[in-house]
Amino acid sequence: MNSSLFRRFVRPIIAIAVIYLVLLIGPVASLDFPVIVSSIKANPPQLVQFLIIGLANGAIVAIIALGYTMVYGIIELINFAHGDVYMIGVFTALTTLSLTGTLTSQDPAYIAFGIFIALVVAIAVCAGLNAAIEKLAYRRLRNAPRLAPLISAIGMSFIVENIGLIWAGQSWLVPSFGTTGGGAQKEFPDLLSRMFRNMDLDPNLLASSGLGLRFTIKDLLVIVLAAVLMIGLRFFIQKTRLGKAMRATAQNRDAAKMMGIDIDLVITATFLIGGGLAGAAGLMAGLYNNNAWWFMGFRAGLQSFTAAVLGGIGNITGAMLGGFLIGLLAAFSDGYLNARWTNAWVFATLVLILLFRPTGLLGEQVGQKA
Amino acid sequence: MTKRMFALLSVLVIASMALAACGTGGPAAGSESTLKIVSSLPMTGASLTQTQTIVNAMQLRVDQAGGKACGGKYTVTYEPWDDASAALGKWDPAVETENANKAAADPTIVAYLGTFNSGAAKLSIPILNQAGPLAMISPANTYPGLTHFVEGQTEANEPDVYYPSGARNYARVAATDDLKGKVIANFLVSQNIQTLYILDDQEVYGKGVADSVNAASTAAGITVVAQEGYDPKAADYKALMTKISTSNAGGPPDAVFLGAIVDNNSAQVLKDKVAIMGDNETVRFVGPDGLYTAALIEGAGDAAEGAFATTPGLARKDLGEAGTKFYADYAAKFGDTNEPYAILGYDAMSAALKAIEDVCAAGGDPTDRAAVNDAVFAIKDFEGALGTWSFDENGDITLPFYLVGQVQGGEYVAFGTYTP
Repeated sequence: MNSSLFRRFVRPIIAIAVIYLVLLIGPVASLDFPVIVSSIKANPPQLVQFLIIGLANGAIVAIIALGYTMVYGIIELINFAHGDVYMIGVFTALTTLSLTGTLTSQDPAYIAFGIFIALVVAIAVCAGLNAAIEKLAYRRLRNAPRLAPLISAIGMSFIVENIGLIWAGQSWLVPSFGTTGGGAQKEFPDLLSRMFRNMDLDPNLLASSGLGLRFTIKDLLVIVLAAVLMIGLRFFIQKTRLGKAMRATAQNRDAAKMMGIDIDLVITATFLIGGGLAGAAGLMAGLYNNNAWWFMGFRAGLQSFTAAVLGGIGNITGAMLGGFLIGLLAAFSDGYLNARWTNAWVFATLVLILLFRPTGLLGEQVGQKA
Repeated sequence: MTKRMFALLSVLVIASMALAACGTGGPAAGSESTLKIVSSLPMTGASLTQTQTIVNAMQLRVDQAGGKACGGKYTVTYEPWDDASAALGKWDPAVETENANKAAADPTIVAYLGTFNSGAAKLSIPILNQAGPLAMISPANTYPGLTHFVEGQTEANEPDVYYPSGARNYARVAATDDLKGKVIANFLVSQNIQTLYILDDQEVYGKGVADSVNAASTAAGITVVAQEGYDPKAADYKALMTKISTSNAGGPPDAVFLGAIVDNNSAQVLKDKVAIMGDNETVRFVGPDGLYTAALIEGAGDAAEGAFATTPGLARKDLGEAGTKFYADYAAKFGDTNEPYAILGYDAMSAALKAIEDVCAAGGDPTDRAAVNDAVFAIKDFEGALGTWSFDENGDITLPFYLVGQVQGGEYVAFGTYTP
């Protein structure tokens, strides 16, 4: 179809149809505006509370999304195993915390030290794992038809998930894994709150505000760490030599090669950085949601991939924006609509946004085809 | 290949098939008097904690019978089948269907002990119903619609839709959700709960039990603030819990009921409930038998302390002699267990073996699936490990006792026995 014709006539018709359907079917799926307005009026501070929850959850999604978007930007591959690398990050962090004795420690300084060590180990392990996956499953297929690496990515995802399933049953590594096998969720102790309580501080930073709001040290850490990682990554991509090489490879691999850029090195570096970010996200998610589960990478991966597409695939700022948007949408839907419909509303909104901006909110940044 | 050679090959193939058919279709000789009993339970994923104890108990029962039936005339073998897949991490519709078809096609199988999940039973009952019918005995299914109609809880065409041959072939030793609702409502009233918020995992089992708790609690005079489904794969439920914390006229409800199985992120729901609304003393947390497992406690950690869950059966201290003996025998072979389904698995296997013995005693042929099936439905006043019980005409057990357990010191301990 002629694209200008599409833009002028078909899109407005679809938009009107969608809006009509939302207003018509909305109340069935609990999108009932009078009810929502009255519940906001009844408790205005709660709006801020949902904002905080949405931002913190969105921050984790955003950091995982960075890995998706970087890899896609460079080799145009959806690395399906990426969400599962993040899951391995959670287990690596938990195991490190256990082996260093941090899980049972009451000393705030030692907990902080243990968390730092866990962060370093999780980043290192996940970076290595992601690069190994690239070397093992994607490198040989780099010039194969696009579907081949996609299938091997799905295969890697299953393999990594099953590693998590086995890992979660190893109670000699982490005693709290217990005796019920690796299938169920495992506890990731709430170390940050314990640390604060042992320093005689309230983990809720807004406890004295009197508004009944919860903005805990966990929310703060997750949001700040996400912001720092994103700014650091942006600086790296824009200002360093390797970052420049990455951008060049993303734009045109052959031309970059001709300019003397070592493509393999650039791609390995991309997977290392993406995996490291997933490892950091794993530790953050563990500390924030206090949960380790072999299956958690699947949903996280789906959401982050969606975030990456929403923000414009290959676009780092876009991935962050997409992640925060998904987190906020889910929080507000859980809070003001019926949780039964949250996924439906999140994805309906995404479809609507992509309808008007098919290349994502901030536009794609992928290679130009010759 | 020429036409002639093709014809010759075809004749050979058909002839060999006919010969093979003669081999299996012939009269039962001494070597072929084997009766096979299989179970189909999810043994990959979080449910394994529970299903492994069922399988152990079933094996224990067969071993106690010496692997023989009808005075040694038949050898009884037991095979535990898995109806879960690693891809889903829980029961898989494709695998359960495959299991049922496999059982239907194997003439030595006379009883199918399963399923664990009610959704799985919906798929396998109709297949086995047209295969003899082959008797099914479930140690765990609680969805009422599989055996009887309940206004507002089951579909209009249930249960007949599962029995295309017209005959019934499905019995269960677990009490059904429609009773469970009343039991939980009675328990809530006894704990002086006045307002209740209900969450469900949007599956057949979870929503079914949540709906029945909703109906029974309302009937018992408890105010149900709302019933809501949650996304079983979400990273957390802090926003949902924040909403619930002010849902009851600006404050939290007295209790939250969670209709879910442990695989569906229940530990995270419990953890976030405690994080936002306080411990399980401040706002009670009550779950069905799907949450009566150590897996919930390992997932939720300290947040599980004080949580309640119900399960079919009696408190161990209230069990009769046979029940006490079962736990002693189980502990001697596999180590002690607190998983509630073990004893149900044991009685499901007992019922299957009893049906086989009854067919023999009446001079029948226990390899005849229909005869075994009739004998299952004829079980009356059976002295099982659970107590003395019967199957009614729908295949439901007549011993609807429920145990309420509470997490104390990191494990479920018996809180009390409740009836509908």
